[in-house]
Amino acid sequence: MQYFIQQLINGLTLGSIYGLIAIGYTMVYGIIGMINFAHGDIFMVGAFAALIVFLILGAMFYSVPVVIALLIMMVVSMLLVSLYNWVIEKTAYRPLRGSFRLAPLITAIGMSIALSNFVQVTQGPRNKPIPPMISQVYDIYGISISLKQIVIVVVTAVLLVLFWYLVNKTALGRAQRACEQDQKMAALLGINVDRTISITFIIGAALAGVAGTLFLMYYGVVVFSDGFVPGVKAFTAAVLGGIGSIPGAVIGGLAIGFIESIWSAYFSIDYKDVAAFSILAIVLIFLPSGILGRPEVEKV
Amino acid sequence: MAVAESSKPADSASTMATGLREAFYAGLIAFFMFVLLIGLKTDQNIHNELIIVPRWGLLAIVVLLTALGRFLQVVYLAPFLAAQKIVDVKTGLRPTSVALRFFSKRNLVIALVIGAVLFLAGSALEAAVGTYWSVYLGMLRGAAIIYVLAWVIFYFRNFIGAHSYSLGLVVLVLYPVAMVLLFGFQGSLKWVDNFGIQILIYVMLAWGLNIVVGLAGLLDLGYVAFYAVGAYSYALLGTHFGWSFWILLPAAGAMAAMWGIILGFPVLRLRGDYLAIVTLAFGEIIRLVLINWREVTNGAAGVSGVPKVSFFGLISFNVSDPNYIAKVLEIPQSGAYYKIFLYYLILALCILTAFVTIRLRSMPVGRAWEALREDEIACRSLGINTTTTKLTAFATGAMFGGFAGSFFAARQGFVSPESFIFLESAIILAIVVLGGMGSLGGIAVAAAVMIGGTEILREMEFLKHIFGNDFTPELYRMLLFGVAMVIVMVWKPRGFVGSREPTAFLKERRTVSGEFTKEGHG
Repeated sequence: MQYFIQQLINGLTLGSIYGLIAIGYTMVYGIIGMINFAHGDIFMVGAFAALIVFLILGAMFYSVPVVIALLIMMVVSMLLVSLYNWVIEKTAYRPLRGSFRLAPLITAIGMSIALSNFVQVTQGPRNKPIPPMISQVYDIYGISISLKQIVIVVVTAVLLVLFWYLVNKTALGRAQRACEQDQKMAALLGINVDRTISITFIIGAALAGVAGTLFLMYYGVVVFSDGFVPGVKAFTAAVLGGIGSIPGAVIGGLAIGFIESIWSAYFSIDYKDVAAFSILAIVLIFLPSGILGRPEVEKV
Repeated sequence: MAVAESSKPADSASTMATGLREAFYAGLIAFFMFVLLIGLKTDQNIHNELIIVPRWGLLAIVVLLTALGRFLQVVYLAPFLAAQKIVDVKTGLRPTSVALRFFSKRNLVIALVIGAVLFLAGSALEAAVGTYWSVYLGMLRGAAIIYVLAWVIFYFRNFIGAHSYSLGLVVLVLYPVAMVLLFGFQGSLKWVDNFGIQILIYVMLAWGLNIVVGLAGLLDLGYVAFYAVGAYSYALLGTHFGWSFWILLPAAGAMAAMWGIILGFPVLRLRGDYLAIVTLAFGEIIRLVLINWREVTNGAAGVSGVPKVSFFGLISFNVSDPNYIAKVLEIPQSGAYYKIFLYYLILALCILTAFVTIRLRSMPVGRAWEALREDEIACRSLGINTTTTKLTAFATGAMFGGFAGSFFAARQGFVSPESFIFLESAIILAIVVLGGMGSLGGIAVAAAVMIGGTEILREMEFLKHIFGNDFTPELYRMLLFGVAMVIVMVWKPRGFVGSREPTAFLKERRTVSGEFTKEGHG
């Protein structure tokens, strides 16, 4: 039982990171109906930004409190990847809005290839390990919970609350939901659609930047190709939860996290990704619009 | 009137001001984007710790180049492109007028003279100017040759357009011959193998995927899975049982088609992006199984020693065999024969794919695919069985992927899961979309441009000369590939060939602009 709860906690940690990335996928999909394939690589750029800030802090100030260091890493990473996503949206996706559906998908894949190779070229192809930032581990009734995991879950929870407030209670969130439902009508009612879409990309990227920082802190290593697998899993999470639905993305992320950690604990660690993907396929076959997604109604 | 005249200089001044402002913003954005990732490099020191190495000079160059690029775009390129459109309306001249000026007879003569002088007196000149400048001479010669070729293509563009398929075929058949004549057997290896075979493999894969994505409109992001199935079928059966390529080629095709049906069945109900993500997941599952099922596939180490293809058992390409080609034909032994043979083999496979695609398009099943792509509900109401239609598309596309896979295994002599990553699927899909979905010619051109373009970077040794010796052009291959994907897509969202040729028509065949179709909604 303790072992099981341990796995649940590991899954919760992993799922929080996936959930944060998945929100970016689901928001972009909800508002302009495209799979932003470059989002996983945005997450990777975020992790790299955090890595570089961490090294700068280490080199310049010998003893920065961990909390402050983590906060600075997060903020810089958020700002940087927001800028990246904003530029990418402006140059690669906006000219193709209203074009046929596969065109932005291809530019997104192109951007994903370009981003990961850009980081490979500029930062080198090797693994980038850092010394552990937080190493405390608490032992509660035989279940070991590390402080890292607590930080990840707490940060995610706080961000989700902020994010929920942003989407549901502010004018910006209203504009976003309006654009999601009907862009033309929203524009007629005086909403700046382009700006709303830009902000959607920025928010999604900011969450991915936080996820990147947390990923770096949790695993202590990052490499240029790290965007792909978490990206695909987060996208899987978004689809699983019902793409376009924001609570769905979080639920999907947690589900993927649980599946992965429980599968690797009880079955085989080699096949944990196979398990995650198979469950995705099975869920989609029986529940084609995801857990919380609205079923697609086709009008003739 | 006066307003118009006075606004002329003011206009250019304001363009200049806008240009400077935009350049400033672009530089600012570039600075913030690159300050961490280019300005600082993370490196390992001798204690294996990460340290930061600043590269402010490189950062400054990148930022200035970005600003300069933006400035040129705003001040010169955008007005130039706009002016092009205006001239069109006034005089009825088409935008090719710039091309006409560029491809004038005078320029041709200049290019011919430069090319001829450098070609004939090349070695003497190179010796005269020394090794440093000879590289630039080589570049000049290359540019002159490319210009002449482009000139010929430009002036015969109507003829080429009308006979593109037969001309393309002739060029492809003569290509290895020309390479052997130009570079000799040993020198031709690189051109036939790295360029010819590599491009044709992608052409074949893209044509196979075209059946699924371009004709049936089902977005498949896991096509590489079928490629992997074909490659491993040949590699495993060939190494364990020693079966011949000619038996295993159809077997690999059948195996891949079977997997196409197995994977196709559950996803039939899914549409659009859900289909995309599930096919992506299946592609990853197959790759992960190949990595982890070590007893059979030898895991990440892959299968090596995959047998070579023989010429229907009559002529072998193994040096030790009694019927080795050099012994049979009594010619000096060389590795190039096998590559040339492989080239014609993949060419034949490509032609088979194209032939089947063209014939299928005018058969009921092909028409059903295209109808399905345009409107699934209408299809169903007209009594088309969408299940079998989708499955046949999946199976046919997968079969060609399987053929290409077994060819790939035979060519490499080695297969490993490394070759079947998602990036490959993405590249194949990109070629299909960039070429113009459904258009075989466009897809072939896209494959040649994208794959040939990235391969040619490997050959650009002279770049080392300009950027210093530690510059490796290969590193930038995929970066440029990704950027090129974005640029081509933004420039031509419908791909190189954006028009459609209907298979069923009333009186005459008319090409339809891609704007009127809505493919890819599967």
